[in-house]
Amino acid sequence: MPRGKLPYYSVALGALLLLWGSTWGLFFAPAETYMGDVQRIMYVHVPTAWNGMLALTIAFFFAVLSLWKGGLDWDARLEGALEVGVVLCTLLCMQGAIWAKPTWGVWWDWDPRLTTTAVLVFAFGGILALRQFVDDPVKRATWSAVAAIIAFADVPIVYFSVRWWNSLHQVQSTPATVSRAFHWPLRINAFGILFLMSGLIAVRARLAALRREDELAPPLPAAVPHGASLAQGVRP
Amino acid sequence: MKGLWAALRKDLLLQWRTRAQAAAVYAFGASALLLFSFAVGPQASLLREQAAGFLWLGLMLSSTLTLAESFQAEAEQHALEGLLLLPASPRALYYAKALANTTALFLLGTGLLPMMVILYDAATPRVPPLLGIVLLGSAGLSAPGTLYAAMTAQARARQTLLPLLLFPLVVPVLLASVKATSLIIHGDPMGQLGSWTLLLTCFNVIHWSLCGLLFERVVED
Repeated sequence: MPRGKLPYYSVALGALLLLWGSTWGLFFAPAETYMGDVQRIMYVHVPTAWNGMLALTIAFFFAVLSLWKGGLDWDARLEGALEVGVVLCTLLCMQGAIWAKPTWGVWWDWDPRLTTTAVLVFAFGGILALRQFVDDPVKRATWSAVAAIIAFADVPIVYFSVRWWNSLHQVQSTPATVSRAFHWPLRINAFGILFLMSGLIAVRARLAALRREDELAPPLPAAVPHGASLAQGVRP
Repeated sequence: MKGLWAALRKDLLLQWRTRAQAAAVYAFGASALLLFSFAVGPQASLLREQAAGFLWLGLMLSSTLTLAESFQAEAEQHALEGLLLLPASPRALYYAKALANTTALFLLGTGLLPMMVILYDAATPRVPPLLGIVLLGSAGLSAPGTLYAAMTAQARARQTLLPLLLFPLVVPVLLASVKATSLIIHGDPMGQLGSWTLLLTCFNVIHWSLCGLLFERVVED
């Protein structure tokens, strides 16, 4: 696992961009004609959606590489991507609920994208729970990768089943569907969350690798004999 | 193929020998159906309308008990390692276990149908299509359920982990089975039954193939 400062720079750059884009969106961008100020949540909601889905897609590729190439480094990256993806999708559901109450009149609606995101949070959150209950690092890596692949393969079926069942959500927002006045804060925040997400995945992966090294290290001797050098008690 | 039959025979025999446990799971499912009616109230029309949902929720909750126990015998005294040494592929072991679980869940679902008819007054003369949906739904629950049961049987807190992993995954099975069952009971003027059956079939094709491919990796270590 590489040990540079790049992930931290990425997190810092992402946070700065997010601050810049959000300030622009909240204070300088014009209010939307029909929804008014409520629409301003779009500047974080839409980038969170894009990057949340991207993080879980990255997790899927790490899971495939973990099974295909073996080695626990891919598992550490998978853990990082899973955690960040689940956090972003949880934030997405919360932002969606905050936006839905004044717009649709309810906190929650059984719309395909909203419901699929909630199912994703539980499906991938379940894998994070599984990781806590498996002690063997090799088994943990294999099972997490298998579960992540199955959960990812399930996403389109969940989406279409809920879509047939019920649909209310508006068409997804892209630069083509929103006014030019809203483009810049949306783009800046999208890149802000992208840098934040990439940096956090790398930092979390490094932390997972360090934790695994600690798990795999031989246990310390029960007691250092009197007069022996302290260096003998240090892990190799 | 020979390995698959031998493993299937072994799994069905195991199911038969633990039939007392299957009876307990049935009692759990039936009591769940009874409790759902208390949650909704005694209005016959409302209960009849929600009958399909209650049936599938009862079956889904009961399925976790059946599935969680399905690898119990293999988890004890390293029996799974012994099975992997036999000249049968891990894939054959998976399909045998998944087929045995499908059989158990199908019988459980079929057994819960009369309870649904009695408690919710949801009778239908179209029994063969209803049994077909119960079979497809049971297969949909068993395919990922068997794979996850193989994992969680070797992990701590397996009774909690299995539903946690399985329930979000089988949302399409629940939706499609409830809709299809409801259309069979209440009528299908728009001809939607075919679409929901197709969705269930697609789920089964994807998960039976994918889980069969991945099972070897789950048990190989």
